[in-house]
Amino acid sequence: MNDLRSQLLGTFLEESAENLERLEAGLLALEAGFDAAVVDEIFRAAHSLKGGAGTFGFAAITGLAHDMETLLDEVRAGILLPGPELMALLLEGLDALRVTLQGLRAGRPSEEEGHPALRQRLQRAGARSAGAAARASAQGSPATAVVPTAAGAEGDRPPPPEASTPTSAAGPAPTLRGWEIGLRPRRHMLESGNEPWRLIRELEGLGAVSVEADLSELPPLAELVPTACYLSWRVRLEAAVPRAAVEEIFAWVADDAELALTEWHGDALPAPAGCGPAPAVEPGPSPFPPREGAGTSERQRATSPILTRDDGRASAGGARSADGEPAQAMASLRVGIDKIDALMNMVGELVITQSILGALDDGGPLDEQKVTRIREGLSQLARNSRALQESVMSLRSVPVSAVFNRFPRLVHDLSRQLGKRVELVITGQTTELDKTVLEKLGDPLVHLIRNSLDHGLETPGERRAAGKPETGRLALGAVHRGADIFIEVEDDGRGLDAEKILRRARERGLVAPTATPSPAEVLELIFAPGFSTAEAVSDLSGRGVGMDVVRRNVKSLGGEIALESRPGQGTKVRLRLPLTLAIIDGQLVRAGEHAYVIPLLSIVESVQIEAGRVRTIAGSRRIYRLRDQLIPLVELAELLGVVATSMASPMAAPTATRRSAADATRAVAGKILVIVETDGRRMGLVVDALEAQQQVVIKSLEANYGRVAGLAGATILGDGNVAFIIDIIDMLARLDLPAAEPAAEVPSPVARGVAGRPLSRLATDGA
Amino acid sequence: MAHIFAIDDSFSLRQLLSRALAEGGHKVTEAKDGMEALVIAQAQGADLVITDVNMPQMDGLTLIKRLRGLPAYRHVPILVLTTEMDPAKKRIAKDAGATGWIVKPFDPVLLLATIRKVLD
Repeated sequence: MNDLRSQLLGTFLEESAENLERLEAGLLALEAGFDAAVVDEIFRAAHSLKGGAGTFGFAAITGLAHDMETLLDEVRAGILLPGPELMALLLEGLDALRVTLQGLRAGRPSEEEGHPALRQRLQRAGARSAGAAARASAQGSPATAVVPTAAGAEGDRPPPPEASTPTSAAGPAPTLRGWEIGLRPRRHMLESGNEPWRLIRELEGLGAVSVEADLSELPPLAELVPTACYLSWRVRLEAAVPRAAVEEIFAWVADDAELALTEWHGDALPAPAGCGPAPAVEPGPSPFPPREGAGTSERQRATSPILTRDDGRASAGGARSADGEPAQAMASLRVGIDKIDALMNMVGELVITQSILGALDDGGPLDEQKVTRIREGLSQLARNSRALQESVMSLRSVPVSAVFNRFPRLVHDLSRQLGKRVELVITGQTTELDKTVLEKLGDPLVHLIRNSLDHGLETPGERRAAGKPETGRLALGAVHRGADIFIEVEDDGRGLDAEKILRRARERGLVAPTATPSPAEVLELIFAPGFSTAEAVSDLSGRGVGMDVVRRNVKSLGGEIALESRPGQGTKVRLRLPLTLAIIDGQLVRAGEHAYVIPLLSIVESVQIEAGRVRTIAGSRRIYRLRDQLIPLVELAELLGVVATSMASPMAAPTATRRSAADATRAVAGKILVIVETDGRRMGLVVDALEAQQQVVIKSLEANYGRVAGLAGATILGDGNVAFIIDIIDMLARLDLPAAEPAAEVPSPVARGVAGRPLSRLATDGA
Repeated sequence: MAHIFAIDDSFSLRQLLSRALAEGGHKVTEAKDGMEALVIAQAQGADLVITDVNMPQMDGLTLIKRLRGLPAYRHVPILVLTTEMDPAKKRIAKDAGATGWIVKPFDPVLLLATIRKVLD
């Protein structure tokens, strides 16, 4: 049964993360203004966290959540005001919970320290306001009278009244043989679902029992209410068990019945008459002395684990599941039932199609009619598999809110820290994106938001001076178009300072002193590696902190990043990301004997090569003049080190670069030049032929063979052949390598960016 | 083998509860809050109800009161799942019509033992 809990650990962690998000969103909302519904919501979130953590045996989370819940309960009751100090404290508690949960997720049993200092502060925050009063009123409740509880065990209950017999405190006397139990249910006891007979049977579990029923209160039949309880019982239990063990059995009916417990000592009472007529229980109060106070809870704690694990100390702490093994949460994905249903539906249709096609294989001749039906069946199969593919892809999709949700907090904390006023507007939260893509998107987005707050948005004073509202606006949006997801981070701050960027780029040697790059090229500079340094953070009021890293991350996801800035009005960063990493739209091309797939998204256009437009520069590097642009020209086979068809020996790759310029030009004339672009940089890939455009499933080369430079993976074509998928980003990077050519100058970003117009391209894309 | 109606807004706890009960050989119907539970309860009975207290839509206490108003649930044992050890809170649950309580965190084995007692 313990592994039941470890099986569900992943679910618990996921749910806890959701509860934390609700808690955080709620706390931030409360800062904007008190809302009872929000308080309810976050109270419940803390409560669920506590309950779950307790059940799964994570004491530190239980404790922290308990303290926060207590505070929130006071807020809910209106006896504690959610001031900034309290909010900060609760947020701190939240962070501690998050860290602990992250540790659990990573399988680190790191939580046992339990944040004692923080807990103390949380507890003090409550006690200072009204905690004491609330506790006092709880103690005054009559319900404390009979049933010992763990609350009592925690020591904040008054000592039980003196009615408690000395033995009950000191443990059973040596002569104790058992207990005499008087049970007089109240009339309504049956209505709460409690059965006296069950209680008596439960006593039998402790030892031999003899029971006498008292029928004296039974009314005449005409007056009898069938649902009321008129009987009482006197039970003799022959078992030297502690009082608490007996009381525990009656815990649920403590308020529904009068209970009298008397010790039965071996020589004090005669053995009960076996089967004789039941002697009437003496009337009057004697079997029911004044109610006794609670027995010692410590003993109950020992005998009743169900009732006693409330304080968490008793439970196994640390990131251990109940069987003591370090917990390792499996990565899991929660998928809506509707998606699974759709998938099932799709599979059902596939089976139908299969049986239609199967029925045609009846051993008879293949006539005209059958061929028509086979064609129909095949096109249905194509539809089915496309639908199935989409359906399966949607399983991996999660709403971007999973990442967006953490930004309100980030913005809240940062703006406070920076003394700025910021309104965060989030749109498109339900837009879905592949889980893997989304997970890797978190850090780049944090970076962009940080940049906006740090460098883009001005202080209230500066904004006032610029004639803008004091509160800045930061918009975070996601939208789905075609096979892409666009994510935008836009602020209405001061925009990028082109002059400063250029100055810095010159200082860092990224731009020649004489070069005069266009505004778009200047913006492009902030993505250059080496542009941003620690110095830049303090020096430069524009952006640039680690933008190269952001771009690298986005590119590794098969996406692109573009930047737009209007001085004084704001900056917009737009990320374009593929819906999934597993399937791409590809252009099949042939170069030599091999087929390759070029990601369709990176293709700008394809042209037939005219010999007159090919120029050779710097020895063997070739450039193609397309209208007013100069585009580096590369033979695909050459770049990959595969021999072109014209060459004789298969593995003599470098020789390709040693051909004369004239030979080279002749070799490519009449072939196809596929112009690809990424990050505003273009290159032309020479191929022999363009073939079909199709969706291809990327198969990892690393997993099946090994990493190959310039290739993003492979796919299996319809005819069973394997085609390699070109990694355009890597290709462009290889273009910069000196490779075999001597003295090939590494072009500066500006020089490289000559052909690039990243912004206009992306802007038109989005339209 | 009994038919148990389990209500909790926490997915993981509901899963734990229903899997533990299923391992004990019981048939389980789940609901994620009081409102959903009430709708289900109009259509089918149960031998035992186990419900959380703090839930959105409709909390456990309201649910119990409403269930007790349904003839089919009038005398069915209803246990509340609670983290509250505060006797006053238990009193409130009892007043609403609860049979008893199971204190969270619960151990699945002991949970089954408790249920056996109630269902006997």
